[in-house]
Amino acid sequence: MAFDKSEVEKVAQLARLHMSESDVDEVAARITDILALIDQMQSVDTESVEPLAHPLDMTQRLRPDVATEPNRRDELQQLAPETEDGLFLVPKVIE
Amino acid sequence: MEWEAVIGLEVHVSLSTQSKLFSGTASIFGADPNTEANIFDLAMPGTLPVLNEEALRMAVKFGLSIDAEIGKRSVFDRKNYFYPDLPKGYQVTQLDFPTVGKGSLTINLEDGSERVIGVTRAHIEENAGKSLHEDFHGMSGIDLNRSGEPLLEIVSEPEIRNATEAVAYLKKLHAIVRYLDISDAIMAQGSMRCDVNVSIRPKGETELGTRTELKNINSFRFVEKAINSEIQRQQDLLEDGGKVVQETRRYDAERDTSSPMRSKEFANDYRYFPEPDLLPVEIDDTYIEAVRATLPELPDARKARFVSEYSLSDYDAGVLTASREMAEYFEAVAKASGDAKLAANWVTGDLQALLNKNNWELTQSPIQADRLSVLIKRIIDNTISGKIAKTVFDAMLEDSASVDEIITAKGLKQVTDNGAIESLVDEVIANNPEQVQQFRDGKEQVLGYLVGQAMKLSQGKANPGQVNQMLREKMK
Repeated sequence: MAFDKSEVEKVAQLARLHMSESDVDEVAARITDILALIDQMQSVDTESVEPLAHPLDMTQRLRPDVATEPNRRDELQQLAPETEDGLFLVPKVIE
Repeated sequence: MEWEAVIGLEVHVSLSTQSKLFSGTASIFGADPNTEANIFDLAMPGTLPVLNEEALRMAVKFGLSIDAEIGKRSVFDRKNYFYPDLPKGYQVTQLDFPTVGKGSLTINLEDGSERVIGVTRAHIEENAGKSLHEDFHGMSGIDLNRSGEPLLEIVSEPEIRNATEAVAYLKKLHAIVRYLDISDAIMAQGSMRCDVNVSIRPKGETELGTRTELKNINSFRFVEKAINSEIQRQQDLLEDGGKVVQETRRYDAERDTSSPMRSKEFANDYRYFPEPDLLPVEIDDTYIEAVRATLPELPDARKARFVSEYSLSDYDAGVLTASREMAEYFEAVAKASGDAKLAANWVTGDLQALLNKNNWELTQSPIQADRLSVLIKRIIDNTISGKIAKTVFDAMLEDSASVDEIITAKGLKQVTDNGAIESLVDEVIANNPEQVQQFRDGKEQVLGYLVGQAMKLSQGKANPGQVNQMLREKMK
């Protein structure tokens, strides 16, 4: 399966990755190679195989419902470039 | 052409745990911004999720209450998208193996009929934070208190046919989660949210039409309005030869219209994959049965019991069990007063009217179950008449004194003393010779008028039964 330029651009957009025009062709070719390997894997009959949810053959441990974390807002907000009234400020995301 | 709507609801309820779904941060509504946001909730590198056992238990509890299949093995997945109030860049949810599978619930419609609506699934997921877009000199403010809060997303089958059924479905879900005590489910506060999928098709057609999704609906009433307005919009479009575009629309309650939020070309591709930081969750029959043992009496069962135990009408039992608080209030009054019929009348009548008038929750009522019980007892033991009881009820709103104190202080005690009633009756007979003669001539209806005169004379305090009896005797 070939992966064309427009698909590279779409995936880059979804992953919020900036890609220069000159890189797109090479990336498309490399992803096409990877997909060739995946195509090969796809040809294996997996009808009776349950999808693997996790490589470890273990189950999830649970945590009691107790609030254990103290409020560390002041400390944590030191890490942010900008805050106001306890809020983290980010570039405006709505028109 | 006659059209038929096909509606499915996706309802999110916030689970009322003490801590978040995957971290030990407190999860209480209304805290100051970002005071409930710690390193995990802020997606600091190296932090890992640990599942809250109570959130899982609540989901299973819900599943059992709607007779759903319980997933003995649930798997968490990542749903990837970018937004500043989602610091990790993905939401952890359950895609293929949710904790709650197929189930159903019965909705009650206003004409007294019932319908069973299928629930496709209910999965556990984490909430995102909140973005505030105003007043930050061109920037957006982010509050991550809600980030990581546990949600249960309950997805209905597309079996709902109109806005009224959609509201009935929501109300039933609301009642169930409140009975189960797994969520406050307050739509105005966002602890219950509803997205609606709507499509229409010519009546009799089996293929589904193109659907749209409505978001941003935050009250039962708006759900009804939003659906009706969307059905009308799609109908107008199709009848004018247009086409419905599959899209997400935002409902504007003020203008009663909706507008597209995301068009298809920017449709999100969430690239789900199993969450590598969490292992599959396994539960066994012993666990499920232990949760089942904690199920309370649910709305339908309680309604049936109210009908059989208290001889209430189906309608009254339905009204009284629509909310857990109301049902408990009624039952407390019925038991303490000893008269379920009167209790039902007062709770669904005067009390309900009081709540509606003031827009109060039951807990805000100045008249709680213990006081209403005493009031009803005083009607039963003839201390006051039913009519005077309404005066006492009104006085109880202003006055926190006991019912008996109010009755005494206001001199509202019913007159049952034979001597006092006799003098009342004598006075009425003396003042109304004409009517008395008519009665003696066989005109029975006049008695009602004369009883009324005596009651008026006593300012409503005379026992009407005694007045009636004595009038008859005196006019023989």
